Amino acid sequence: MMPLHTPVSPPRGASTQTTTLPLRAGVGLKPEHFRQIVETWPDLGFFEIHAENYMVGGGTFHHYLTRIRERYPLSIHGVGLSIGAETALDLTHLKQLSALIERYAPQSFSEHLAWSSHGEVFLNDLLPVPYTAQTLQRVCEHIDQVQSHLKRRMLLENPATYIEFSASSMTETEFINEILRRTGCGLLLDVNNVYISCINHHRDAHDYIRALPPQAVGEIHLAGFAQEQDANGDPLLIDSHGTPVAQAVWQLYAFALKQIGTAPTLLERDNDIPTFDVLFAESQLAERLLQVHSVQASKA
Amino acid sequence: MSSQQKFVAALLNAELPPPAGLLTWNGSDPAARFAVYRNNVQVSLVNALADTFPVTQALVGEAFFRAMAQLYVKAEPPRSRVLAFYGVSFARFIEQFPPAATVPYLADVARLEMQRVHAYHATDALALSADSIAQVLTDGENLPRLQIQFHPALSLLKSPYAVVSLWAAHQGIADISTIDPYTPETALVIRPQLEVEAIRLHASAGDFVAQLLQGATLGMAMEQTSRDHQDFDLTAILGLLIRSQTILSMHL
Repeated sequence: MMPLHTPVSPPRGASTQTTTLPLRAGVGLKPEHFRQIVETWPDLGFFEIHAENYMVGGGTFHHYLTRIRERYPLSIHGVGLSIGAETALDLTHLKQLSALIERYAPQSFSEHLAWSSHGEVFLNDLLPVPYTAQTLQRVCEHIDQVQSHLKRRMLLENPATYIEFSASSMTETEFINEILRRTGCGLLLDVNNVYISCINHHRDAHDYIRALPPQAVGEIHLAGFAQEQDANGDPLLIDSHGTPVAQAVWQLYAFALKQIGTAPTLLERDNDIPTFDVLFAESQLAERLLQVHSVQASKA
Repeated sequence: MSSQQKFVAALLNAELPPPAGLLTWNGSDPAARFAVYRNNVQVSLVNALADTFPVTQALVGEAFFRAMAQLYVKAEPPRSRVLAFYGVSFARFIEQFPPAATVPYLADVARLEMQRVHAYHATDALALSADSIAQVLTDGENLPRLQIQFHPALSLLKSPYAVVSLWAAHQGIADISTIDPYTPETALVIRPQLEVEAIRLHASAGDFVAQLLQGATLGMAMEQTSRDHQDFDLTAILGLLIRSQTILSMHL
């Protein structure tokens, strides 16, 4: 038997909504685009930042983010909390995160179902966890700790993975469902990650999405991947965030909107960053799909 | 060793086999898939160093830089999740890296680049206005006893090499062929608004600022610098410090 786990009750005054981001498309905020954004104020639903990039004292990053936050909803997306780590959460990091959230009052905070550090060493990659009762317990404890510390509900992102563990005793969606149930956190559905993991582990991406609780999804991520091959010559997709969203991922996104309903959707791009106009145009494909599905949902 | 400890060991050391207990759906060798993680860690951390040290990279070429950076990543992986400041000890690593010995000024250029990054992200602070400073400077009696608090972005680098000129040459500001790398230079790194600047200081001005940074009073710093340098120009360096908004307070 697994030890009993008490879900954290949302602190008084904290939002119990999954997110208050608008039901629109947003893009990842890149320093390369700061100037153009504050000169043109594009009509976008929201911006998303990586929390760790803004854990600095002052200067350009805070100058522009402050101005941009005055006009747009904001999603803060952590990449360094290492929720899946065997070792304890880094309290200094958690405090820095808390200060950043207090400063910018984002509409949403999200992190990954992954680990990226071991003890003091930070590896700067989102590493996989085995889906066991033991990992489940630890991940839930870490999420409880984060939600208590930040006094808000967080979203957890499904991972893109390249290997699986023989120790796993449940599927990824079973594992995620159990986390959502126990901790009350929401889900950041990364459609690109679903596609990548399902190709890499020979599973059905539609089944994966059908297995998730629609009401838990607070945000959707879209991004591009790179394609390589494994040792048998089968496709191995890499979550590179360095190319436009693939056609297959757009199709899976449309399926997800139909299956789970609409959710604020972020276009991520972290490598080979194009001009802002290119990124904006791509985000408008998501915006149009969101509009179509909102209309269909309201007619249904 | 815990399972994540084994995972980390194999990530950072390509000579180790992947950790046990990895599965692939088609029975293919998990080593090829594990290599994706190893590559992500290596490449992203080396890229982070390349972002911070572009001139260091230009001086030795990309291939040399990346090979050196890979060894650094293995020896000193980041201890913070904030990668902006990863590489604080990179200059020291370069100094002790025998293949880089033929480029003796490389470490100091790396130092300057790290200082620029610190200045870029340093906490914002409001400088004393030129008028307030002028008022303080009229108080002849107290002036020598004042200490100066500088903007957190300000730092100094005293080098036996032409660090400022070498850096500038790689921005297209100066012609590299006219630079003798073995000319000593002192860099004053500042951030008057959002842009970071590295200004070449006269050796005497560098010594003067160094003493102020260590907490010397204006009087002590002036006296010591004048004793060491007959050509010390107090007005010039004070003018520069005031104009570039580096002085936060002058206090007893």
